[in-house]
Amino acid sequence: MSEEYSVEIVNPEKSFLSKNDVTEVVVPAFEGEIGILKDHISIISFLKPGIIKIFSKSGEESFYVNDGIIEFKDNNLSILTSLILNLKDIDKEKISEIQKSAEEELNKSDINDQEKYLLDQKLEVLKSIN
Amino acid sequence: MASLDDLKKRISSVKSTQKITKAMKMVAAAKLRRAQENAEKGRPYSDKMNNIILNLSNGISDIENAPKLLSGTGEDKVHLCVVMTSDRGLCGGFNTNIIKKAKLYFQKILDEGKTLKIITVGTKGYDQLKRLYGDKIIERISFKESKNINYFDADKVGKIVIEKFEKKEFDVCAIFYNQFKNVITQIPQEQQIIPLNTSEKEKNSSEDNYEFEPEEDEILSNLLPKNISTQIFKAMLENSASEQGSRMSAMDNATRNAGEMVDKLTIEYNRSRQAAITKELIEIISGAESL
Repeated sequence: MSEEYSVEIVNPEKSFLSKNDVTEVVVPAFEGEIGILKDHISIISFLKPGIIKIFSKSGEESFYVNDGIIEFKDNNLSILTSLILNLKDIDKEKISEIQKSAEEELNKSDINDQEKYLLDQKLEVLKSIN
Repeated sequence: MASLDDLKKRISSVKSTQKITKAMKMVAAAKLRRAQENAEKGRPYSDKMNNIILNLSNGISDIENAPKLLSGTGEDKVHLCVVMTSDRGLCGGFNTNIIKKAKLYFQKILDEGKTLKIITVGTKGYDQLKRLYGDKIIERISFKESKNINYFDADKVGKIVIEKFEKKEFDVCAIFYNQFKNVITQIPQEQQIIPLNTSEKEKNSSEDNYEFEPEEDEILSNLLPKNISTQIFKAMLENSASEQGSRMSAMDNATRNAGEMVDKLTIEYNRSRQAAITKELIEIISGAESL
């Protein structure tokens, strides 16, 4: 039996990526990373800033996401995100740009704990990329 | 009758107007294709978002405690209208149609004795509304500087709306935009985004049992603000496709009209030239006869 399922990543502008030979996807869910294999139970969760790893027949790919929601149902994984970058052709400048704006945001006084947590996460991930 | 010189001047001026409208039409056509592509590409995101929200809200049993963005404040006193128009003119009835639709709605709200608040997106909408409803406009937003429509602009509008909602400045929010059907037809739309239209919920009777991480309510309260931005973004994409389509057909008409006018003027010009020649001939002949 095949162990593959399909994944689709969409951002507001377009359908970013669509694959149907995926064996495993690791997503940075809000309460920790989740690895999703075929026939996983239907799940909805949202993402914190982090790295999505997609393992497929054709190899492994990694993406940076800013935020997002995932829905897994009937062996279809949909990932909705407002910002996604492929780590392969990522550009350093873009990363530092995001990093800078995140730092600025963090220095604002009127953010709540959850936002602070998300921003901290974001910075950590960005640093690890750079 | 106008002199030959005047006619000549008019012909050349109409011709240069025609050149401009023709160029504008061509530019609009090129932009339209891109805008249309963008609108189509943007659809999966908003559709998926909608689906997830429907699935989620079906899962919520306790309507009383549902997030306010979904169920509303329970009141219906203050209406916020987000009127989305273009930043540029010369696009036919595009802006007027939206404004007309919006004004009908405004009138209804005011007749019912409710309070009206307006946010205009795009300068043209503000220009048309400021005379009648100037005191109702609480915010005006324009994205003249950004060349392409991007999600972050929409997100800005969305954040403003949500911020105002959280401050309890309004109960119901509706957005007005033109839905792109084809180049000739754009349908002005009124869409309620807060509270979310519940009638659509029935259609999707999924009985899936989802696993949620974290809890439903928390996901939902995180998702709903995003949905607002997504809906606004969708409206912006539709709007930009409609704007270009509308401009294209308007400029096409203008070019055709200019062509007709040039033809008419040319005939008039030729006639009066002929008349002048005939007149001269008659003068010469009758002069020669009298000798």
